[in-house]
Amino acid sequence: MGRGLCLSRIACSFCLLLAGLLVSLPASSQAPPKPPAKPRPVPGPSEFSLSGNWVPYFHEDLLERGNGPELDNYLGLPITDGARKMGLSWDPSRMTVEEHQCQVHVSPYMNRSPSRYAFSEIRDPETQLVIAIQLYIENYQQTRIIWMDGRPHPPDFAPHTWMGFSTGKWEGNVLTVYTTHIKQGFIRRNGIPESDKATMIEHYIRYGDIMTHVAIVTDPVYLTEPFVRTNDFALAQYTPGSWVYSCEPVEELDAAKNRVPHYLPGENPFVDEFAKKRGIPLAAAMGGAETMYPEYQLKLEEMMKPQTPAKK
Amino acid sequence: MWRAAAMLAFATIVGATVFSRAAFAQLPQNPDTGEIHALHVQGNVYMLAGAGSNITVQIGEQGVSVVDAGDGKYTDQVLAVIRKLTVKPIRVVIDTSSDPDHVGGNEAIADAGIAIIGGVVAFNTEDFQNYSPIIAHENAFNRMNGTTRGDPQWPSRAWPTDPYSVGPKKLFYNDEGIEIIHLPAAHSDGDSIVFFRRSDVISVGDILSTETYPVIDLKRGGSIQGTIDALNRILDMTISRQESEGGTYIIPGHGRIYDQFEVLEYRDMVVIIRDRIQDLIKKNKTLEEIKATRPTEDYDARYGATTGPWTTDMFIETVYKSLLAAK
Repeated sequence: MGRGLCLSRIACSFCLLLAGLLVSLPASSQAPPKPPAKPRPVPGPSEFSLSGNWVPYFHEDLLERGNGPELDNYLGLPITDGARKMGLSWDPSRMTVEEHQCQVHVSPYMNRSPSRYAFSEIRDPETQLVIAIQLYIENYQQTRIIWMDGRPHPPDFAPHTWMGFSTGKWEGNVLTVYTTHIKQGFIRRNGIPESDKATMIEHYIRYGDIMTHVAIVTDPVYLTEPFVRTNDFALAQYTPGSWVYSCEPVEELDAAKNRVPHYLPGENPFVDEFAKKRGIPLAAAMGGAETMYPEYQLKLEEMMKPQTPAKK
Repeated sequence: MWRAAAMLAFATIVGATVFSRAAFAQLPQNPDTGEIHALHVQGNVYMLAGAGSNITVQIGEQGVSVVDAGDGKYTDQVLAVIRKLTVKPIRVVIDTSSDPDHVGGNEAIADAGIAIIGGVVAFNTEDFQNYSPIIAHENAFNRMNGTTRGDPQWPSRAWPTDPYSVGPKKLFYNDEGIEIIHLPAAHSDGDSIVFFRRSDVISVGDILSTETYPVIDLKRGGSIQGTIDALNRILDMTISRQESEGGTYIIPGHGRIYDQFEVLEYRDMVVIIRDRIQDLIKKNKTLEEIKATRPTEDYDARYGATTGPWTTDMFIETVYKSLLAAK
């Protein structure tokens, strides 16, 4: 028996003793630590910050994000049959109804807008740790608070807001944000809905003075699969002017109060307008998950081939 | 190089989405399990969820006003939660309808309260003093006391003690006016909504549910047009704080707190479905033919149900019958 074997025996004995101690400890001392009584600031990597004014690049989906989508264009959206039906029944005149006039885009759609995005930090006055990141969105003058202190989301029966309730955490140099409690809104603002059951995960990826924003929306009501959109932003080198949204609803039309403009099934007069204008089959314009993917181009080619009349 | 790094980061992040969500704090479990949750709405008003139906409580120096008493199964828990919010006594109970899940706790909650009375010479004052008055529309009262045939009769201690007929019935508790307004032929013929004016909160009972299509009880005098009129009336009473958000809050009979915009979307849905079914009736379609067109398809994933006490089919059938009856 050598010294090595003796040491091995000692090590082995120590391990057995340690294991025995662990097993014999009361269950309470092995219980996971209780969460803090109230949220507390979580230290984050001090070298990462999004603070400043960011302005969007419009090299993706310019026409839809600026001018707005064409009616009955649902191409590239992973929508359910129910969402499609709602889109086809939506009459843009709905926006003339008094209570609809001042409605705001929900946070998943807001990121697509031409707007200044001003990030700033809310710090604990004593520790100076970041409690939250505040995001002021110039469009519709909305403010999002991204809580960074680990607090839980509100209960199911709490009110929803346009911006929702957001919590965030740094994952390396990426700010990942989870948002719930969003009001009903649009996936695309031509009537395709996003329900109030939708949630969103975002990743803000900064590299220098450029930021890529990735938004992944999950809607169990109106989407068949998560919908991913990206936007790029640049850090503004100056302080830009600011839009102000002071909206007051007014009754401008000589129309019945409490009206709800909509199209009955089969009576939407614009249903094939986009398809005809762009020379694509109506089925493509009606969207669905398959229209998101590059492979759909192959199917589109087949669909657009001249049909050979059947021989008599 | 930057592009490759960005693409790699993007792919990693999207792939990790499933896991990153789980790392965030979780929402509490569904409250409809007898575990009573209290949420401060605004002003003096709180909502209690988990007692079978939502309970609204207004709290202040004068005591507690309670709107709806739950189904009676969890009254002890409800009272315990109210005790945590205040030590002041319950002063009044208001029923938004005669539905069992709203009045089941009437007797127990009123029994826990104290009525504000003057001296009564002819009666034993203790009988009134240690029992809160229960206010409801007289149609709800008649359904509970056996006057209306076909409805189960409740014990007398659960009956409304202060029924009103035309309304609005007006109270002033805890430094704010309270309007109890009868909305005819909506969910039933005995519906009341309760407007806390300073707190700017309206408790609307089963005229509105955030989880189902509106429950319309034809046998008890409900109707589709009455439901739409009621939703329009509620909309007229609400003022949003800014950009169609906040301001007046609405507590439904079941589900979460709404504001004006959400009542608006709910109203829009009910009108659209009504219009579709009405159009098909004009085209002489049968009920089965109407159901086959799926007039609620765009809302089913949000509000529909194929099983349970209120299914999509039941809603369509109710709207159909209500429209035929109105012809």
